[in-house]
Amino acid sequence: MFAETPFVRSKRRSEAFAKWLFFAMSAAMVLPLLLIVGYLFVKAAPSLNINFLLDVPRRGMTQGGIWPAFVGTVYLVFISLAISAPVGILAAVYLNEYARDNWLNRMINLAVINLAGVPSIVHALFGLGAFVYAARLGYSILSASLTLAIMTLPVIIASTREALASVPMSFREACWNVGATRWQTIRAVVLPNSISGILTGVILQVSRAAGETAPIMFTGAVFFKAVQKGEVFAYHLNEQCMALSMHLYTISTQVPGVKESIPFATAVVLLASVLLVNAAAITLRALMRSRKKW
Amino acid sequence: MSEPPQPCITTRGLNLWYADFQALFDVNLDITRGLITSLIGPSGCGKTTLLRCFNRVNERYGYVTTTGEIRILGKNIYDPDVALVELRKSVGMVFQRPNPLPISVYENVVFGLRIHHPPGTFTRAELDEAVEKALIEVGLWKDLRDRLDRKATSLQLEQQQKLCIARLLPLKPDVILMDEPCSALDVEGTRAIEELMFALKGHYTILVVTHNMAQARRASDECIFMLLGKLIEHSRTEDLFLNPKNPKTAEYIEGRYG
Ligand SMILES: Nc1ncnc2c1ncn2[C@@H]1O[C@H](COP(=O)(O)OP(=O)(O)OP(=O)(O)O)[C@@H](O)[C@H]1O
Ligand SMILES: [Mg+2]
Repeated sequence: MFAETPFVRSKRRSEAFAKWLFFAMSAAMVLPLLLIVGYLFVKAAPSLNINFLLDVPRRGMTQGGIWPAFVGTVYLVFISLAISAPVGILAAVYLNEYARDNWLNRMINLAVINLAGVPSIVHALFGLGAFVYAARLGYSILSASLTLAIMTLPVIIASTREALASVPMSFREACWNVGATRWQTIRAVVLPNSISGILTGVILQVSRAAGETAPIMFTGAVFFKAVQKGEVFAYHLNEQCMALSMHLYTISTQVPGVKESIPFATAVVLLASVLLVNAAAITLRALMRSRKKW
Repeated sequence: MSEPPQPCITTRGLNLWYADFQALFDVNLDITRGLITSLIGPSGCGKTTLLRCFNRVNERYGYVTTTGEIRILGKNIYDPDVALVELRKSVGMVFQRPNPLPISVYENVVFGLRIHHPPGTFTRAELDEAVEKALIEVGLWKDLRDRLDRKATSLQLEQQQKLCIARLLPLKPDVILMDEPCSALDVEGTRAIEELMFALKGHYTILVVTHNMAQARRASDECIFMLLGKLIEHSRTEDLFLNPKNPKTAEYIEGRYG
């Protein structure tokens, strides 16, 4: 009774095989990450200290630190998100809460989706034409930030819409049925219950904005800019700036005789800042989610 | 006694289409003020659709067309001078699944007052009083008076449903529409809501959709039977159940009992 037939045995074997195969594939995802991070750290170790972060590049960028590039990246990321987050969030609120299903809104939707798929080098060219030349902003932090903003905008719209859509429809109906306008509904119920998702979506764009090279190279990043060691307000909006991603490219490929550990340490700083920000986003989301319950 | 009962909701030649699907056919209706009227009929016959006409929520779907006339307390609600917001204030709706807002009990009750008046209209004391009054009216005050800051979504379902009714009361509505208000509740909860309906009767005109024949019989003064978007019969509840005039009504209520 209940004994295993040959057919059952073969099924059990293929089941076990499938499970191991799938596990191996997902484990294979983790391995490269660990290897990359480990390799970076080992190679970067000789240069990794606080002075590396705060110091300026010296001796034709072959020695010293990365402060100007670090500050430049912070400027670019912060300004670009300060532009794209409000615009993106408001647009997403319109699309999710107000827009009816008509051709105009379908067009807008289509544009947003397609904009998200545009390669960054194309954004770079667009930024060059639109901001640097047409808008006469020149090669500047402002042009570069606007270009990055255009690039992150569609993703922010998409993630915000997702956060808004996760608020149950019944809450909105409850409001409408006591006579609340859409805006009152949005302010009283929709935004308070989606704000954590919205913020997370915005913060996750930090890593994209910080990592892109092409868009800023075309519009406002330079190889070198003289800045005081540790100076926070190092740039004006209408000047060009250095940036980590661009600096990494420069010292790895353009400058001979760079101390070996410096490019790796630069990469570690870039990676660590991005991971730190992402971790903050995840913590924020977890905190806010634990407070809401329905 | 001597005055004839005053109709609260009247419809004349009401038709409604979802795109090109007609969901209501020439509905003529007079709903008596201050009574409980139940709305019965098989699934998909248009009960919810009819109910949602009375506070014009159907219009939210861009593809709905309505013709005919709906008067509430004598006023045609499609007149151009009718403000939707004011209409919905006086015609409240209670849903199948209780839908309190994810804020405190207190804030749920005063939500209507807050959105209909500029900030600072009411003092804290006035709001407190409104909350107490509304919760007493629905019988939640004793249970919740010390827990007004609790999140409304953490209450039991029955309490949530009562709270959803309480939320309407500070706005002093004329009509309360209920779409299967008990279908998510157990027997106890159902009875509590029915008792609440009795308590509210007279002050408000109540229109309740139900699938539960026994409930319609127990808890309503008048009853409307609908079939495939048409109003088949409307009479006093006892008459409708004991001496249905239309053979289709008889078939439906017998089918359900048999
Ligand atoms: N938003 C909508 N769009 C298109 N058709 C709809 C919509 N809502 C309802 N209908 C259709 O209109 C008809 C009446 O629906 P309604 O929800 O009013 O019925 P009901 O009597 O409330 O049913 P139930 O007892 O199942 O709640 C149904 O045939 C339904 O398919
Ligand atoms: Mg229904």
